Amino acid sequence: MKITCNGETKEITPDTTLMSFIRDMDLNPDTVVAECDGRIIKRDEYDTLLLSEGNLLELIRFVGGG
Amino acid sequence: MLKIAEKTFRSRLFLGTGKFDSAETLKKAIEASGSEMITVALRRVDLNDPADDIMNVLDRTKYLFLPNTSGARDAAEAVRLARLARAAGSGDWLKLEVTPDPRTLLPDPIETLKATEELVKDGFIVLPYINADPILALRLQDAGAAAVMPLGAPIGTNLGLITKFQVEIIIDQARVPVVVDAGLGAPSDAALAMEIGADAVLVNTAISIAGDPVKMAAAFALAVEAGRAAYEAGLGKKSSEASASSPLTGLDFIKD
Repeated sequence: MKITCNGETKEITPDTTLMSFIRDMDLNPDTVVAECDGRIIKRDEYDTLLLSEGNLLELIRFVGGG
Repeated sequence: MLKIAEKTFRSRLFLGTGKFDSAETLKKAIEASGSEMITVALRRVDLNDPADDIMNVLDRTKYLFLPNTSGARDAAEAVRLARLARAAGSGDWLKLEVTPDPRTLLPDPIETLKATEELVKDGFIVLPYINADPILALRLQDAGAAAVMPLGAPIGTNLGLITKFQVEIIIDQARVPVVVDAGLGAPSDAALAMEIGADAVLVNTAISIAGDPVKMAAAFALAVEAGRAAYEAGLGKKSSEASASSPLTGLDFIKD
């Protein structure tokens, strides 16, 4: 099935949790904050939140800024 | 010592982390600045560059992270970014920036006040970035802002403290700390802001684009200390007439 992450279409398997997706993207879950369909996902939900067809996922993190 | 929202700071120089050439330079510049509070922004992860993570080089235990809401064009966008920053684990501190005009990056006072009211209710420690407007500074203070951050000049311009007259009024009236933010281009600008009584300054571009950012960070640290010491010492009054520094008496021996 397909989701959209940061504007890109990504193919995932049906049992993909947010945590496994973040790891599949080679990202550190401790420094990434996620918004799924407009809802901010708390860190303790990363392991249990199953991604589903058509999800609009935003992965965000801190960058240099003034 | 400087105190903002019950937290004390030895250093009155806050550092922005944008536009540094490398993570290594950034890390060294932060150390050289002596800063205890550093600002960061929130952006979409570049999925093609997963290793590009600023948190790999910044030690959260050593510095207070002040996430900004840069990029927000109105209160709603700023509040959304603030909540994301909190979810990212930065705590409740927030530099509120609402800049609808990309050409000037000047802050929207009405949306900034609206967002401050909402975020204070939500438990954030809000430091709003504002134009040097004394009335707005008071309104934000009344709305619960932990400090106010008037600009010296537009962001990234290095034009210096061109708002000096208004910043002096803000300092005179404010009960919350005044942090001069944006536009300070040289250590002398930071020293001037501190001499007139600013509680702290926030500097980014002047350091990050300097020929030697690490040395410039150290120079700003010295300037901020010098300016603060001068403020505490009390500057002498200015006069339009000369006043001899050497005694005018005891010159009989050269006068006939």
